[in-house]
Amino acid sequence: MNLLSIFNQVEISHYIYLSTVLFSIGLFGVLFRRNAIILLMCIELMLNAVNLLFTAFSTYMGDADGQIFVFFIMVVAAAEAAVGLAILVLVYRNTRKTDVSFLDQLKG
Amino acid sequence: MLALISLNAKSGPNFITMFQNLPIPFLILSFLTILSSLYVVTSKNPVHSVLALIFTFFTISAHYVLLNAQFLAVVNLIVYAGAIMVLFLFVLMLLNLSKETEPVKSNWWGIAAAITAGSMLLIVTAAFQVTGEAVAKNPVEGIGLVKALGKVLFTRFVVPFELTGILFLAAMVGAVLLGKREKNNAVLIPKEEGGNS
Repeated sequence: MNLLSIFNQVEISHYIYLSTVLFSIGLFGVLFRRNAIILLMCIELMLNAVNLLFTAFSTYMGDADGQIFVFFIMVVAAAEAAVGLAILVLVYRNTRKTDVSFLDQLKG
Repeated sequence: MLALISLNAKSGPNFITMFQNLPIPFLILSFLTILSSLYVVTSKNPVHSVLALIFTFFTISAHYVLLNAQFLAVVNLIVYAGAIMVLFLFVLMLLNLSKETEPVKSNWWGIAAAITAGSMLLIVTAAFQVTGEAVAKNPVEGIGLVKALGKVLFTRFVVPFELTGILFLAAMVGAVLLGKREKNNAVLIPKEEGGNS
């Protein structure tokens, strides 16, 4: 049964607002911070906001597809974190810093 | 755009009454989620950021429990809080970045980022207020349990599931290849700290 009978009290709009706020905070972090690790963390935050909204819609509509999508997003986020952190370690090994503003020196 | 803003302002009194009928656990959880995610963004110390992000993931898992998505709640804890954040913390400790090393950005940059994120928030909220409630409530029992999700995952989504394995293999090979040390690595900055990491 529903833990709190949440359907009677919380509308889907509240979850939409919450997810939008979370996504905006993550967007602000990506734009504002320079440390590449914090940037990756803010991307995870944005992905989690989307996950929360997917789950909310899935539960409210009674359709399990949304939760499967959350599952796939988690998989992609894990792969992204692994490769991103590997690149970050490589950048740190070459430049001794993780500042993304330093990376405008990259040449193709 | 102005019409959207005025529409948003028009629903001002609605906005306060919107919070009155909400259950207390939902309010507390949402408050904690937003607060800790703000701390992730604003904290100077990266280790504090990581710990705050772990706390954010815990609260989001609690939201999943409230939403009757029990499997996702457990997987979120295991994958995000357990694996990904430990990876972040490990890299942070490995690179010895736990102190404040970030140069201060100018105020203009912060203002521009705040305006961008705020207008994103405003536009999505206003767009939702225009479209309104389009979702019919159709709760189904046990939709978030392993049995129901497994049935969907291994019938309709079996091809994406297999492709996920290929993606993971590629990511694993890529991470190992990137992490492997090359012999005579050209260092952009002459090493004055001594030692090669």
